[in-house]
Amino acid sequence: MEWHQISPELSMAVLAVAVILLDLFVKDKRLLAWLAAIGLIVPLAFVIDLWNEGSSTIMNDMLAVDQFALFFKFLIIGITMMVFLSSWEYINTKIQNFRGEFYALVILSALGLMLLAAARDMISIYVALELSSMSLYALTAFLKDRKSTEAGLKYLILGGIASATLLYGMVLVFGMTGTTYLDGIKEAIFDIGSTREPVLFLGVVLIAVGFAFKIAAVPFHMWVPDVYEGAPTPITAYLSVASKAAGFAVIIRIFIEGFGKPSWLFDDWTTLFAVLAAITMTVGNVLAIHQTNIKRLLGYSGVAQAGYLMVGLAAATAGEGSGQSGIMFFLVAYSLANLGAFIAIIAISNKIGSDEIADYSGMIKRAPVLALVLGICLISLTGIPPTGGFIGKLLVFKSVLDPSLDSGLLWLVIVAVVNSVIAAFYYFRVIKVMFLGEPKSQESVPSDASLEFALIISTVGVFALGIYPYAVSKYADIAAMLIP
Amino acid sequence: MFEDVNILSLIIILPVIGAILLSIFKVSDRSIKLIAATFTGITFALAIAMFADYDRSGGGMQFVEQYTWIESIDVQYYLGVDGLSAPMALLTAFLGFLCVFISWNITNRVREYFAWLLVLETSILGVFCSLDMVLFFIFWEIELIPMYFLIAVWGTEPPLGRREYSAVKYLLYTLLGSAGLLAGILTAYFEMGTWDMTQMGGLAVGLSLGMQTLIFFLIFFCFCVKLPMFPFHTWLPDAHTDAPTAGSVMLAGVLIKMGGYGMIRLVSIFPDVAKEYGWILVIMGIVGVLYGAAATLRQTDLKRLIAYSSVSHMGYVLLGIFALDKISISGAALQLFSHGVVTGLLFAMVGVVYGKTHERRIPYLGGLARQMPIACLIFSIAGLASLGLPLTSGFAAEFLIFTGSFKSTAVAGIEVYTILGIIGIVLTAGYILWMIERVFYQEPREQFDQLSDATVMERGVIFSLVIAIMVVGIFPNVLTDIIGKSVEPIMASLGL
Repeated sequence: MEWHQISPELSMAVLAVAVILLDLFVKDKRLLAWLAAIGLIVPLAFVIDLWNEGSSTIMNDMLAVDQFALFFKFLIIGITMMVFLSSWEYINTKIQNFRGEFYALVILSALGLMLLAAARDMISIYVALELSSMSLYALTAFLKDRKSTEAGLKYLILGGIASATLLYGMVLVFGMTGTTYLDGIKEAIFDIGSTREPVLFLGVVLIAVGFAFKIAAVPFHMWVPDVYEGAPTPITAYLSVASKAAGFAVIIRIFIEGFGKPSWLFDDWTTLFAVLAAITMTVGNVLAIHQTNIKRLLGYSGVAQAGYLMVGLAAATAGEGSGQSGIMFFLVAYSLANLGAFIAIIAISNKIGSDEIADYSGMIKRAPVLALVLGICLISLTGIPPTGGFIGKLLVFKSVLDPSLDSGLLWLVIVAVVNSVIAAFYYFRVIKVMFLGEPKSQESVPSDASLEFALIISTVGVFALGIYPYAVSKYADIAAMLIP
Repeated sequence: MFEDVNILSLIIILPVIGAILLSIFKVSDRSIKLIAATFTGITFALAIAMFADYDRSGGGMQFVEQYTWIESIDVQYYLGVDGLSAPMALLTAFLGFLCVFISWNITNRVREYFAWLLVLETSILGVFCSLDMVLFFIFWEIELIPMYFLIAVWGTEPPLGRREYSAVKYLLYTLLGSAGLLAGILTAYFEMGTWDMTQMGGLAVGLSLGMQTLIFFLIFFCFCVKLPMFPFHTWLPDAHTDAPTAGSVMLAGVLIKMGGYGMIRLVSIFPDVAKEYGWILVIMGIVGVLYGAAATLRQTDLKRLIAYSSVSHMGYVLLGIFALDKISISGAALQLFSHGVVTGLLFAMVGVVYGKTHERRIPYLGGLARQMPIACLIFSIAGLASLGLPLTSGFAAEFLIFTGSFKSTAVAGIEVYTILGIIGIVLTAGYILWMIERVFYQEPREQFDQLSDATVMERGVIFSLVIAIMVVGIFPNVLTDIIGKSVEPIMASLGL
């Protein structure tokens, strides 16, 4: 066995078990949080250590250890760490029992997502996906109140349907190609040649539907607002970024490495992604306008952001790699900004006990730092410089306009930038309420040190990506070259 | 003098450093204002030094700073000024400095206010100094946020104003324009392979006219919203009216000038498109002049009146630019500067009057000349400069635009348009003089008996603006020299 190559995953699994075991023996449950947050440094260190080792495959070619997977593993572990840092107070007040399980489940779902980014075999993709999803179903219902339980059930049922669809698609693809390995599938599809194979095509479409659910693309976005609203806020934060990042990782891998670019598939594929991207961002943005609950608002905004990311997908299916690296950069910028926003929301909602935007009125006076960070993160999500969100959009839009693609997708870029204007409207509505409204009470909103540390990371990150994007784009470029 | 110093970077970065210091250190309101004054003051001094040091005989881009920034997509940190941008940068630094004193009476959330004001100055300076399209776009977008907050937080309170509505309207209009700009520069990059404005001109000739036209109008859309060109002007009266005085001064003084400045750059990159479609834009300019002037006549709110007059005056800029004559383009560039100073002064004067009377509605004002003789005098000077009286900067600019465009050969029927434009001057005289008459003369009103005249600080601000108007009016060569030098290459590429 290649212990070294699988060290990040192994250490994650060990950490999850360690947290549960520790839970049995200690009275002071805060130790669990410390162990979970600090323990994540180990897999993170392993990921960094593996970066320069080049690409290899392990477990009978089922998992890839390449920079593409490592990039996403780093991102997912980083996100998990930020979520742990920021949920300290929240968990102390909201979750009385099963804290050990809470941390362990988050770590396990992160492990599933890491495997998802590395999997290059359909069975391991499915297993990894289920590992992360099962953990997330339980986590969504963790508050055990009415909304949380309803959200958990909804997520479970819809997620189950999506998994079944995905599995059905995989079976069809396996039936036509005779293998579950992505490179084997690529060869088999290549051998089929230029004729359109209807069953195979159906399989591909069903797989696409399964993953569209994961990244919350229209029309498979229905679960998003309810689940986001009902789930514990740290889990919403985690769900909105980590699960989306891994979803895009696996889509890039399966569609570009797995299916290759046979003409019968890709003639229309770019157009299909482009149309879906346009619909996804427009629907997400338009529905976000009327939201009065901040978590639902960010849910719909997450749908819209998936639309922008799919613009990169349209470029990736046609292009030479700039689409992939654009998506990866965008995901990092989006994760930082969305996490920053959710971290601020965690602190605020913990104090005022409400997620209604109207209750955020005059928050700049009650919690200047939180309101400012939330404002900055929303500005980054809008895509206004000098934030990372702007550079992310620039890279994605640039990739789709690349003349070497000859994609004729200028219309898509125009739709996307006009969508940014719609998005500005509702993001700035939140900013307006926080900065201009009269505070509902004079009571200040406290925040603990670890949450503030996470806030600082996301704020500095948002600006750093906007001012010195090369720090991340160079890694994204290296990683993207592996999946051309 | 500045070979070893990155003077443009210094000019751009100083205000934002001031803003960061303000937001970090908790000091008294008075110290905040002093810090803001210090940083904008040094910026202004450096801008003067830069302008004085600009090699007038040499022309071209000077004080160039060029560094690689985002390697993977060829974006550079590329700054430089020529005869078109140097005066605008100087104007921005000048107004930015004065705005600190205009805002001296702000008492609500002082720290934030001055921090946003300083960020605003940085972003506008950045727009005028950027030579890389992405950098240009970034500064162009940054400017939105401080302006949004300045209007929304410190703007006119209801029921007199609708500050939040105006702020959002401003934000959405500008973002919509930016959408065109972003799509345009991305397309331009892929067609020409560079973000470098100075090289684009040479490369654009190689493109098909259709592609040039597409890029031109994508980008032009952004500039015409900003300028604003009729019919995209509707954000302007709201934003100007509801902004705090300093916000109005920056908006009318330099922000909307970014649109005109961008258009001149655009003409230099796509001369063929400008020749092909210039006539449409000239007509839009004239419609703007007449419509704006007619609308101004009907305004009863002092600030709204001046805001609409800007719509009218920016029509002249369009006329000057797209008449495509050397003199008319120089005139348009001079008009950008002149209108910045004149309208800045007008808004500052409204601020003075409003500060004393707490009234902006013209029918409720009257007879103020008795209590406020100095304010009355300066307001009249500003008004006369606005209608283009000789010896004021307005005259120099409008005279150049009209003489240039009248003899232009690029647009058929330009004589008619020019004459129609001159009719706009008559309307301007009408609304300006009528406004002054209604505000300062007529029957004195009892409730204004106890008013005092402009304070010493206000006088300092408005006198310095008057001096600027006079200097440019009497010695327009200060600016036209270097503007003309930079218009020459545009004319060469137009082949006219």
